Amino acid sequence: MKSWMRSESRLGWLLCAPAILTMAVVTAYPIAYAFWLSLFRYDLRFPRERTFVGLANYASVLTSEVWWRSMVNTLIITIGSVTVELVLGFALALVMHRAVFGRRTVRAAVLVPYGIITVVAALAWKFAFDPTTGFVNALLGLDQAWLTERWSAFLVIIFTEIWKTTPFMALLLLAGLTLVPDDLLRAARVDGASATQRFFKITLPLMKPAILVALLFRTLDAFRIFDTVFVQTRGAQDTETVSVVGYNTLVVRLNLGLGSAVSVLIFVSVVIIAVLFVKAFGTSVDREQGESP
Amino acid sequence: MNAEGSSNERVLWGFGSVAVVVYALIPVVWILSLSLKPSADLNDNRFFPRAVSFDHYRTIFQDIQFPAALWNSVGIATLSSLLAVTLGMFAAYAIVRLRFPGRRLVLGAALSIAIFPPIAIIGPLFDLWRAVGLFDTWAGLVLPYMTFTLPLAIWSLSAFFREIPWDLEKAARMDGATPFQAFSRVIAPLAAPGVFTTSILVFIFAWNDFLFAASLTSTNNARTVPAAIAFFTGSSRFELPTGSIAAASVVVTVPIIMLVLVFQRRIVAGLTAGAVKG
Repeated sequence: MKSWMRSESRLGWLLCAPAILTMAVVTAYPIAYAFWLSLFRYDLRFPRERTFVGLANYASVLTSEVWWRSMVNTLIITIGSVTVELVLGFALALVMHRAVFGRRTVRAAVLVPYGIITVVAALAWKFAFDPTTGFVNALLGLDQAWLTERWSAFLVIIFTEIWKTTPFMALLLLAGLTLVPDDLLRAARVDGASATQRFFKITLPLMKPAILVALLFRTLDAFRIFDTVFVQTRGAQDTETVSVVGYNTLVVRLNLGLGSAVSVLIFVSVVIIAVLFVKAFGTSVDREQGESP
Repeated sequence: MNAEGSSNERVLWGFGSVAVVVYALIPVVWILSLSLKPSADLNDNRFFPRAVSFDHYRTIFQDIQFPAALWNSVGIATLSSLLAVTLGMFAAYAIVRLRFPGRRLVLGAALSIAIFPPIAIIGPLFDLWRAVGLFDTWAGLVLPYMTFTLPLAIWSLSAFFREIPWDLEKAARMDGATPFQAFSRVIAPLAAPGVFTTSILVFIFAWNDFLFAASLTSTNNARTVPAAIAFFTGSSRFELPTGSIAAASVVVTVPIIMLVLVFQRRIVAGLTAGAVKG
């Protein structure tokens, strides 16, 4: 019996090793390497002049206005899109759950934004809001050059994000909705509870874990936003996000030292957000993770 | 539940359904109509084209850039999903079927990769890939794609694997099959639908990525469609080749939409299983 267990354990490790190794080699090693690079003044245009500078790169990033402005921009986009997505996602999930006809059509339609390439969605909406090619101004009777001003550019970016990712949020919430027992809702209805009461007193509390997981995933995802901003404004009009700053420093300006400091700081920010989420919601998410699988 | 509710509610939900379909399809129809407008009509601010022309499609396929990018995208996304799903299958089987201490480690690693910001490793990969000759190659993109899709693959495969009647495996083991034989001969065929669905999800991820493609490629050698479209240049720096971009967008969007529509039910199951139970 014991040796059987040992061989089962060995097989387990053997089967998981390729996946664990790949994940470690492609993420853990590079992030360690990023930290190492961030301690050097290292510009790929002058590779010979690589010098150890300690934490100087962090000091210059953390005292630069560009970094903090991009952080504010990222938070504006993250909070703006995730809040709307949660409300809209709930509406979508309820429609999918309750649709009286064409339920399959609705669920299939919702997958369209999910399947579309983000760059394509960003361009489609960019052209739609564009004053010379687009239909949005004509539709709203406006004469607005959306992407040339900061706040209207944010509106377009957030709108695009919402359009693209609300379906994913809705599907996660729908999975939570189907866990709410119909009997309970029917009983509440018989007892005279209104639709609003049933939603806030029964559905919402039972869905708390699903909501938290959806919020966590979408917040971290929105924080990494790159494609939409790059395609729609390239960071112009003061819409640069932290990922765009990282890309510009690393790939455009080839400043690996400074860029790696930005990378490490973004990584740390993501960890902080994740920890805050898990802390703030206490054991709720923990329990969910623990139960699996 | 269908038969319940007052007629008012039914009208409301029906109206909602129509609204959802319109919401999802507006940009698709818009980019399609843009791609069919003759160049002269591109700036007419109308949602539907007045006349239809296929000039933009002809333009993108006559150029060498777009067909090359299309080939790169198909190849890279296919390879990434094959590899991610193979590794994911091994790991998911171990997680679902075997008692061993590494289960939590695998799930923890998967969770941390799922929240990992890709921009954080762009610099090191850029540097490393240039040093080892992976920069601007297929392998240089396949590696990050398979890594970042492994969590999705492992979760969704574990969810599908849990639904399999594993007694059949026990029977095979009793008939003298080794654990590995039981896996490959009995369970793998049963797991095929879940594996297929997971492949689609991974494929969509790799097909969609822009950050790695924009950072780790520089020529038609490995540049994929999203990067090619984003870096399309027109006659002047300030003028976007709107028609060509729209046509290219339609070409890469239609197959994905078909895929998603045909396998709608399974994709929903795969996407949500991971997040809710994982």
